[in-house]
Formats: sequence, C-alpha cells, structure tokens
Amino acid sequence: MDLAVSKSWRQAIGRAAVALVALWAVSAVAQKTELLVYTALETDQIKAYEDAFYKAYPDVAIKWVRDSTGVITAKLLAEKANPQADMVVGTSASSLAVFSNEGMLQGYAPKGLDKIQPQYRDPKNPPEWVGMDVYGAAVCFNTVEAGKLNLPKPETWKDLTKPVYKGKIVMPNPASSGTGYLDVAGWLQMWGDADAWKFMDALHDNVAHYTHSGSKPCREAGTGEFPIGISFEYRAVTTKKGGAPIDIIFPKEGLGWDLEASGIMKTTKKVDAARKLMDWLATPEAMALFAKNFAVLAMPGVAKPLDFVPADYEQRLVKNDFAWSAKNRDKILAEWAKRYDGKSEPK
Amino acid sequence: MTTATVEALSPATATRIKPIAHWHDRLSQLLLLGMCLALVVFLLAPLAMILVKSVQDRDGAFVGLQQFRDYFDTPALRQSIVHTLSIAGAVTAITVPLAFSFAYALTRSCMPFKSTLRLVALTPILAPSLLPAISFIQWFGTQGVLKWTLGGASVYGPTGIIISSVYAAFPHALMIVLTALLLADGRLYEAAESLGTPTLRRFFTITLPGAKYGLISAAMVVFSYTVSEFGIPKVIGGNFNVLALDIFKQVIGQQNFNKGAVVSLVLLVPVLVAFVIDSTMQGRLQAQFSSRAVPFAPKPKPAFDVAMLGFCVTVCTLLLAVLGMAIYTSFIKLWPYDKSFSMRHYTFGLVDGGVISAFFNSLEMAFFTALVGTVLIFGGAYLLEKTRGMSALRALIRLLAAIPMGVPGMVLGLGYIFFFNHPDNPLNVLYHGMAILVISTIIHYYTSSHLTAVTALKALDNEFEAVSASLKVPFYKTFFRVTIPVCLPAILDIGRYLFVNAMTTISAVVFLYSPDTKLASLAILNLDDAGEIGAAAAMATLIVAASTTVCVIYAVVTRFLLVRTQAWRRPVTV
Repeated sequence: MDLAVSKSWRQAIGRAAVALVALWAVSAVAQKTELLVYTALETDQIKAYEDAFYKAYPDVAIKWVRDSTGVITAKLLAEKANPQADMVVGTSASSLAVFSNEGMLQGYAPKGLDKIQPQYRDPKNPPEWVGMDVYGAAVCFNTVEAGKLNLPKPETWKDLTKPVYKGKIVMPNPASSGTGYLDVAGWLQMWGDADAWKFMDALHDNVAHYTHSGSKPCREAGTGEFPIGISFEYRAVTTKKGGAPIDIIFPKEGLGWDLEASGIMKTTKKVDAARKLMDWLATPEAMALFAKNFAVLAMPGVAKPLDFVPADYEQRLVKNDFAWSAKNRDKILAEWAKRYDGKSEPK
Repeated sequence: MTTATVEALSPATATRIKPIAHWHDRLSQLLLLGMCLALVVFLLAPLAMILVKSVQDRDGAFVGLQQFRDYFDTPALRQSIVHTLSIAGAVTAITVPLAFSFAYALTRSCMPFKSTLRLVALTPILAPSLLPAISFIQWFGTQGVLKWTLGGASVYGPTGIIISSVYAAFPHALMIVLTALLLADGRLYEAAESLGTPTLRRFFTITLPGAKYGLISAAMVVFSYTVSEFGIPKVIGGNFNVLALDIFKQVIGQQNFNKGAVVSLVLLVPVLVAFVIDSTMQGRLQAQFSSRAVPFAPKPKPAFDVAMLGFCVTVCTLLLAVLGMAIYTSFIKLWPYDKSFSMRHYTFGLVDGGVISAFFNSLEMAFFTALVGTVLIFGGAYLLEKTRGMSALRALIRLLAAIPMGVPGMVLGLGYIFFFNHPDNPLNVLYHGMAILVISTIIHYYTSSHLTAVTALKALDNEFEAVSASLKVPFYKTFFRVTIPVCLPAILDIGRYLFVNAMTTISAVVFLYSPDTKLASLAILNLDDAGEIGAAAAMATLIVAASTTVCVIYAVVTRFLLVRTQAWRRPVTV
C-alpha cells in the first residue's frame, strides 16, 4: 500500500498496483485493524465519512458507538478507569477539553495540521484534539403559527424578550444539554455577566419550557408546538429541509458556538490506525464532506455556502474561550439553576 | 407446616416439631446462597460503587457528606423531592384502583371478550415509555385535537407526567392484582353465599382481604416505577423537576457522577419505605389458597356484567387511543402540517439507523432475558418462600429483591460501568457483551417479576411442601410436579413481562451497549433526542408489533399447556 512507490512508476504500473492493492485488501479483510470509535455524529454523516475514509485507508475498520454528546461524554468519563474506546470523533470540543484535563487523550499532530485554524484546535503542541467543523446557535421561527398568533419575526436576541413572545419560546436547558450551555456561555462572553443575566431573566419570562435536548426546540418549532425554538443551525437546516414551515434566524448580536472535534485516547493499543483516522479527518477531502453539513470548517477555504445559512455566518460567532467556558461551567449552571430552576412551575 | 421459616412468616401456623435437616434442605440452602451471591454481585456491588461516588468529589477525594449538603442547599433540587413524591402518589392513587377494577371485572364477572380485553389492557407494557409521552403531546399538545379539554392548561408538566405514567404503569399493576384475584378460593364465596352474606360485605370481607397483598405490592411497584422513570418527565415534563430528571441532568448533562449518585440515594429512600410497609404487611399474611381450595367461578349477573364490560371497554379504548396516535404519527409525512400517508419514517429509520441489526439484537437480548430471568426469578422466589432454614439470609434476599424497582436504570447502568469495567474486576470480561445487557435487564426488572412469583407462591398452601417432606419427596420434585404446573400462568406472565420490557428498556443499557449490541429501544431515544418524532414513533411501532407477534405466538403455544395444567381450576360440572 505504499503510494510513494506507485507514484514513481507512472500510470500503467500504478494501475497494476491499485489492482494489487485491491486484491490484497480483499484477501486481508481479516487483518484489518479494528478501531472502536465513540461519536456524537449523526448517523447519515457517519455513513458518508466512513465510506470516504475506507477508500483512503482500507486497512482500518471502524466500530462506532454513537449516541448524544451527553451520553458519549458520560460514558467515556465513567469508563475512565479502563477505557474501551480507541478514539473520540465528532464530539463537542467542550467535552474533549474535559477529557484532556482528565489526562485521557494523547497528543498527535495530524498531517496537514498547519492548515487548521488555530482557534479550532487544542492550543497544546501537539494538540490533544483537533476540530472538524463549527456548530452554533440558531433560532427556528414557525411562520404558520406566527401568522395565526400575529407574531412579528424576531431579528435579535433582545427581540425575544419582548412581551409579545410570552410563553412562545423553547430553549434547551443548559444543565442537561450542551447546546443550551453553548447559548448561555455565548451570551455571557459577548455581553459580560451583568447584561447577560439581565437578558436571561427577561428571556426566562417568555420561555414556555426548557428541553433536555438541543435539537428538540427547533423540532417543536417545526411541529408548531411552540412557535420559536432556540437550537443550532444544523438541526434548523435539516428541520426546514424536512418540510417544516420555519424561518431560520441568526440573531445579529452574536452566536454562541462549539466545535465537532476528535482526539485519540491515551490508552489505545492501536495508535497507528487511530493516527490514520486523525490524519484523514484533517484532509481537504474530509473537510469537503463536512462542508455538506456545516458552514464553517476548521480548515479555511473549503467551505461552500449552505442553503439557509448566511454568508457572514462565521463573522457572527462570538469570541469563545473553551478553557473559560469549561472552568466556569459549574458556577454558571448553579447560578442558572438558582435563577430559573426553582421557580420553574409550568405556566 | 413444620419449619422454622414458616413459623417466622406466619406465626398462626406455628407447630412444635423441629425438623432434622435433610440433604434436600442443604441443597436448597446452597441454591439460596448462590442466589444471594448473584444479587450481591450484580446488584449490590454496582450500587455500592455509586454509594462510594456520593461521598467523593469529582477527583475521587473523600469529602464525607459535602455532596449531600450541597444538594440540600439547592432549593430547586429540594423542590424535586416534593414534586416526585406528589406525582408518584397521584399516579399510584389513580392506577391501583383502576387496575383493581379491571382485574375485578376480569375475575369476578361473566362479561364477554375477557381474553381480548386482558390482552389490550396489557398493551402499554409493549410500548417504550417514551411512547405515551409522545402520544399525549400529539393528543393534548399545542397542536393536539383534544387540547381544548385541558381548558387552557398545558399538557407539559405534572398533567402530562401523570397521565403518561398511569398509562405506562397500568399493566404492571394489573398483572400483580390479577394474579392475586385469580387465586381466590371459591369455597369462601360459596360459604358466604349459602350464609346469605350481602355482595358488598363479601367484597370487603373476602375479595379485598384476599387481594390485599397483591394490592400493596401493586401500589409499591407503581409508586417506585413512577419515582424512577426518567423518559416520561424528560419528554412531557416541561419545567417540572423530578428526581429522576435531576439524575439525568447531573449524569448526562453535566457528567457529575457524584451529584448523580447523591440524587440516586435520595431516590432510594421512598423505595426502602415502600419495602418496610410491604414486609410488615407480609408478616401478617397467611396463605389463602389451601391445598383443598377450589377456584372461584363467577356466576352471570347481567347488570353487573354489562357495567363491568362498559368500564373495561372504556379503559381499553383509551389505552388503544394512546397507542393508535403513535402508530398514526409514524405513518404521516409531517405532523401537523402534512398529514398525508407516508412510509418515509420507516424507510428512513430502517435504511439509515442500522435498525435491522439493532432490532435483532433486541430480540436476542429479550429472548435470553426472558428465558434466564424467568428460571432464576421464579426458582429464586420458590426457594425463598417454600424451603426451610437460613431465615436471616431470606430477609436479606427479600430486601435485595425489592431494591431494583427503586433504582433508576441509569444509576444501575452507571454502577455497572464502575464495577464491571474496573481493571481489577475478574468479571470485566462481561463488559461490552450481550451477557451484561441480559444481566442488567433481569436485575432492572427483578422486583416486579419477583413479586408476581411471590404472590402466586404465597397463595399456594405450604402444606404441599409439608406433605412432600413427610413423604420424603425432595423439594425439587414437588417444585416440578406441583408448583410449576399450578403457577404456570404466573410463570408465563413473568417470561412475557421480561421479554417485552427487554424490548423497550433504555436507561440501564444506554451505558452498556457496544457496537455489536446496539438495541432498537436506544434508537428510539436517539431519534426522539434529535426531535425525529415520526421516526421515533415508527421505531416504537416496530417494537410494539414485534412484541405483539411474540405474545400472540406465545399465547397460542402456551394455551395448549394451560389447558393441560390448569384443568383442575375449572369447577367440576355435574
């Protein structure tokens, strides 16, 4: 499988080599290195990424454990004493920062790391995690229900605090959903403590309920259960493409965000295979696949405009300090719970 | 009636003779010891790991009761306790009388369609717990056709949690109460009738006392079920905080296992209270079903039968409406805007989620859970109730058997990770395999099955064992020749109960599956999380369909067996 050799032999022999490689690959199915990868990627994404990866590295086979970010993170932390996974792929950078703090990851600089933007990777050298793409806050607005209720379309976060939206908004609970926390952390970093909490106080008066999943609010907006759902843009776009009568709003003040990122477990015995997957995740080919789902990628210049996502999306992202957001998480959530959980009787 | 154990259980039947321990007794005691050991390893040890976590901080340093102090200093969390208890109380107060009336109609009336009604009444058990929550949102949510019936109130919150929980807990209660009512002694009713005892008086002096043990067990099961269920409040609870949801927030939302452990222990308190009540009552109970008992055969009373039929049909209609809405949701394009027929949720789900393999994994898991679980649980209950010696051990096993109902699956699953994935644990080879899924599921549903077995066994007079012992027949021969045939309905119920629950279980196995053992029920959870209600409903429908098929096959196959073994129950027609 040494591509360097086949290159030097020109086309004809190259083709023969490819044929040989194919033959070898078929006969060597049993010798594939099997990687156990924990992931929070969507199922349909996994399929596409996996197919492309196998074309590049036919000697590695991936076994996926797929679940929500919360479950995957909890599972990895609970298994800390005797980790099962070889790698974590497509899980939030906030979670990977936690694993890194716990000493569960090993550093590796994938080929092509120099092309990854510095704010989208672990600042350590070599990095313990590398980003794939960005997902950020978005608001789903059901136009049919809004029409029935005479609701104006909100354009900003501040608009959502207007009395007209009372009981019409759903957002994820930051204590149970990473997407919810990303919103809260975004507001706090953008406006500072005092203004952000004042905003959340006002928003709370309009919130019908807090969900335990980041996708749910947009889905509930999509089915008209509640006309406005604070969610993230990937789910907003898939909901709209699924036929739900929603407009997607990217509030002007700024959007909280997180990364889908990947890293290698310190305890893996399959370092070579894991590095191959890390290398591939940082290639332009991989990025081109991510670009089908996400508007902002860790590698600049590959992204293509996506339907329903504005061209200046990346400029709307707030300055996000993962270390700050991880360090202050307990404190922020305790404050949040104190303000909004205690008086959370249904309206 | 000559054993020390029976003396302890029912003082009224105490006698003088001290038995000489026979090798039969030694064998049964050995088996009992093995059973206790298994419960310790697969239930107590993982829970002990949770206990340890509750007195540690995140870095594993011992902090004493600091976590508990933090917890009780948070008003929102304290409020969850009140919420949880009131919800569980309300659900119990609604479900148990409902289940009792239904079981009463099935056993004491001559209404037609009994087997169909019974079958329909047990359908909620076939459905994953998320199904009623999803369905009630479709019925009573903002876009629901029945929204007006709530008069402006929202279904999100206590209302939604209560109705969904009643739906989900109803068959659990029905199973236990039905077993208790089925085993009534017809001679008592005959005697009452010949003495001219009025119907109402018969009800309060024969029926109710006879079913007392079953009723208390049912109440305990429903209460504990509601307390530890997290799927329902997660989907339909709105902002209404309950303890099970707090565990979810701590463990999945914040990965704070220590706080999660604290909440889990708080959650165990009501269950322990329920256990104490249950065992106190049990001490007063005597076997009602003597070896000379005759099964009760109701006589036709048109007005009563019609009223009972009306009641049961109403309940069944409501139950089917819940299931029906979920099935309907799975076949329409886009709720509520495009209600045209579509298979896309099925094709999407099947093609996309690798559901076929997950589905077969679920079937395999459910099969082994039912087989192994029924043998272990019924065998264990028999040893516990009908053999002699080691009273202290029996008390311990009784306590252990009551615990699983109050342990949220998520906590059990986490405990399993900490215990079985420990590098120094020789059992860690089990981790990430099918065996651990089967074991955790059996343990998770142990209490209810155990109570069904105990209720059936308790109703059997210990005289059977006493006679066997005096004839020097080993206990296992009595077990196979008398106990199993007599208790066959209960045994089959346990098997089916374990099977259908294994098909739908989520919370314990969510931490324990591996790529090769992903389950269909987890696919539903993921789909609902992603907000794919249609696809989630489609998966749920598939599970219901599969479980129904299995139940029907099961019923047909076992009918033959029942006809053979239960013939004695039918009154002799002269």
